[in-house]
Amino acid sequence: MPTLASEKKNARSGRGGRPAPELIFGDLWEFDPAPETADPKLKSRYDLFINGEFVAPKSGKYFDSINPANESKLAEIALGGPADVDAAYQAAKQAYDKVWSKLAGRERGKYLFRIARLLQDRAREFAVAETLDGGKPIKESRDFDVPMAAAHFFYHAGWADKLEYLAPGARVAPLGVVGQVIPWNFPLLMLAWKIAPALAAGNCVVLKPAETTSVTALKFAEILQDAGLPPGVVNFVTGAGETGAAIMNHPIPAKVAFTGSTEVGKVIMRSLAGTEKKMTMELGGKAANIVFDDAPIDQAVEGIVNGIFFNQGHVCCAGSRLLVHEPVAAEVLAKLKNRLKVLRVGDPMDKNTDVGAINSKAQLDKIRELVDSGVKEGAELFQHACRLPSKGYYFRPTLFSEVTMSHRIANEEIFGPVLSILTFRTVDEAIEKANNTPFGLSAGVWTDKGSRILKMSNELKAGVVWANTYNKFDPTSPFGGYKESGFGREGGRQGLLDYVNLV
Amino acid sequence: MPPMSSANAFRRLSDQIGTVDYVGIEERVAKFTTRSIKKTAKLWGLRTAVSMVDLTTLEGKDTPGKVASLCQKALRPHPGMDVPQTAAVCVYPAMVRHANKHVADSRVKVASVATAFPSGQAPLKTRLAEVKAAVADGADEIDMVINRGAFLAGEFSRMQDEIAAVVEACGSATLKVILEVSELETYDNIRAASFLAMRVIREGDFIKTSTGKTSLNATLGNNQVMIEAIRDFYLDTGIAIAMKPAGGIRTAKQALHFLVAVKETLGDAWLNNERYRFGASSLLNDLVRQLEKENTGAYQAPYYFTEAAESY
Repeated sequence: MPTLASEKKNARSGRGGRPAPELIFGDLWEFDPAPETADPKLKSRYDLFINGEFVAPKSGKYFDSINPANESKLAEIALGGPADVDAAYQAAKQAYDKVWSKLAGRERGKYLFRIARLLQDRAREFAVAETLDGGKPIKESRDFDVPMAAAHFFYHAGWADKLEYLAPGARVAPLGVVGQVIPWNFPLLMLAWKIAPALAAGNCVVLKPAETTSVTALKFAEILQDAGLPPGVVNFVTGAGETGAAIMNHPIPAKVAFTGSTEVGKVIMRSLAGTEKKMTMELGGKAANIVFDDAPIDQAVEGIVNGIFFNQGHVCCAGSRLLVHEPVAAEVLAKLKNRLKVLRVGDPMDKNTDVGAINSKAQLDKIRELVDSGVKEGAELFQHACRLPSKGYYFRPTLFSEVTMSHRIANEEIFGPVLSILTFRTVDEAIEKANNTPFGLSAGVWTDKGSRILKMSNELKAGVVWANTYNKFDPTSPFGGYKESGFGREGGRQGLLDYVNLV
Repeated sequence: MPPMSSANAFRRLSDQIGTVDYVGIEERVAKFTTRSIKKTAKLWGLRTAVSMVDLTTLEGKDTPGKVASLCQKALRPHPGMDVPQTAAVCVYPAMVRHANKHVADSRVKVASVATAFPSGQAPLKTRLAEVKAAVADGADEIDMVINRGAFLAGEFSRMQDEIAAVVEACGSATLKVILEVSELETYDNIRAASFLAMRVIREGDFIKTSTGKTSLNATLGNNQVMIEAIRDFYLDTGIAIAMKPAGGIRTAKQALHFLVAVKETLGDAWLNNERYRFGASSLLNDLVRQLEKENTGAYQAPYYFTEAAESY
């Protein structure tokens, strides 16, 4: 579509000094604050959840969970140590041997259905808790995180009594007890991705939420109690890296599942090398979102925005590298800038907020460091000058143009609202640049040409390829990576297969 | 030069203006409906929406008496309340002179549908004569329908020549070009027709979704396709075209969603009745009802509002 661009040039130069037309996104119609007011029903202190009960950590130590939107203390969380992890695994093993492994699939399914419905009943409360704890906009926790978590339980509840159809020609058996460690970007949803398939397949679980976002897991423990889930089937041990290491290295689990950074994933894999434990790893990404010149540009722009600013860019499959076809590069950048001007950044509890708070001070520092490197290395920075709240961890949605493959911001996972824009000339160059990374979690392709979509999805080394859309998830669809983005799948038949032995 | 086939005409146009993805548009507009508009923002939105209404009656049974009450309603949407007048009244050409009697001294404009509304299936000569007659009777604004047959057959220049002829027949009257989106069916077609129309009308003229006489009228989706076309055309040429969604917008909440779309797509310069209108009838009373509720904290029964045509 070179015509639009060339028409533009003619129009601008041909109008005798008349300034280039611009859109005004001002404050003529400023929205009033629209705070979500539902009660998150938080406790001031949360203990560990072991063997169906909340128990104090053996160390007696607690740490603070901070609301990143205003840096206030939200609750105290128990610091679990190796002894607590051992107690949790013993409880899980007991529950597996005595109860869970003897239960028929349809009975396990009933528990999962009950959990899903209880979560739906308390959806608003959970959404508010998730937003207070993690900083994501209330509209995302309300419209995405919580409903999607419930959907995962519903989907896997349906599998529980149909496992004989999971692997045609083979019978499947549960693994036993599994250890799971999840990240802070989608606390409740990642918990659902991990627990639902594990339980449906007949396993018992010890799970550690991320230290900055433990609250919804512990609220979820209340749901497990309300659902009457037998004690010990699911156990939560909270804490930081050391607690996580104890979960991974304990002798009981037959499998460990980890979602988090590639760096930590490598540490875990090293420590487990030579053991018989199964592993699945869902690690980092640096996804290419590829826009061809025949793409529907406005919808591509919308997909780019959704791809990188969803959940402040704290998404392992975020479309953090935009590869745009040179003929439309200027047009896409201009439209992106206008779109950025109407993104609402600020209080995550406001129903109109599009981009909320960065999850933690540490993450904010990491984003700043990488953005500084981008400026130093000569990329061109664009940020919309929106007002940010005076307290809390916030970062303006950021575009970097003139980025090349040699920039750090084109290679390292920023995990923040920062988009690096690169250009390409041919299909082969797009594929080459997209695959020129140690990661391979996801990719996006924008084009009106169906055959090109098929070619690209075959050539891109990424676990998920979205075409003319981005960040679409469904419990039926497997999700996982290539290369240093990990191995194993979550969701769908494939995800369930990672929680069973074929016998 | 041999005559161009219709496929080529569409192809060549879409190469220039780009295409639209249906799923993407629907996702974009769904986000407008999640905006929470409260307190002063709501008041501003409601009052602005009132000032954008083209209060419409387009029925075979319209009489001078019916038009008189419509005009009075436009002038005083809710007696006793400080509320803006509507932008215009919209009537059939035969009713223009009756409407004019009531609103001539006010800022409320008289808009008239013309060009063999709603089908447009009359000879061009007849259609132009109708436009001229309406303007002569005092219409400030003319709402025309495009030749959908010509458009769908790929005869773009015929379609554009006819619009250009109507522009001329309008003289100083503002023109609104109705695309009748439900008969164009696809978002690609709506974008294409928007561009073809915008290229032959004047700054300040409108493109408009529908006649209100077919099954599907204004939706957030086709509104979005058209305001994105207006935005792209403006950024390319500097010519600001106005927009009028018509038909199917009945509630205040819907109207606010449309205004959110305008705010986030075209920006502040389009948030006024020179650049944005609602073609509607029952919408006005719901806007007034919501304004009353913001004032008093309670919803009033329908019979407290003048010209209430339906119960709530």
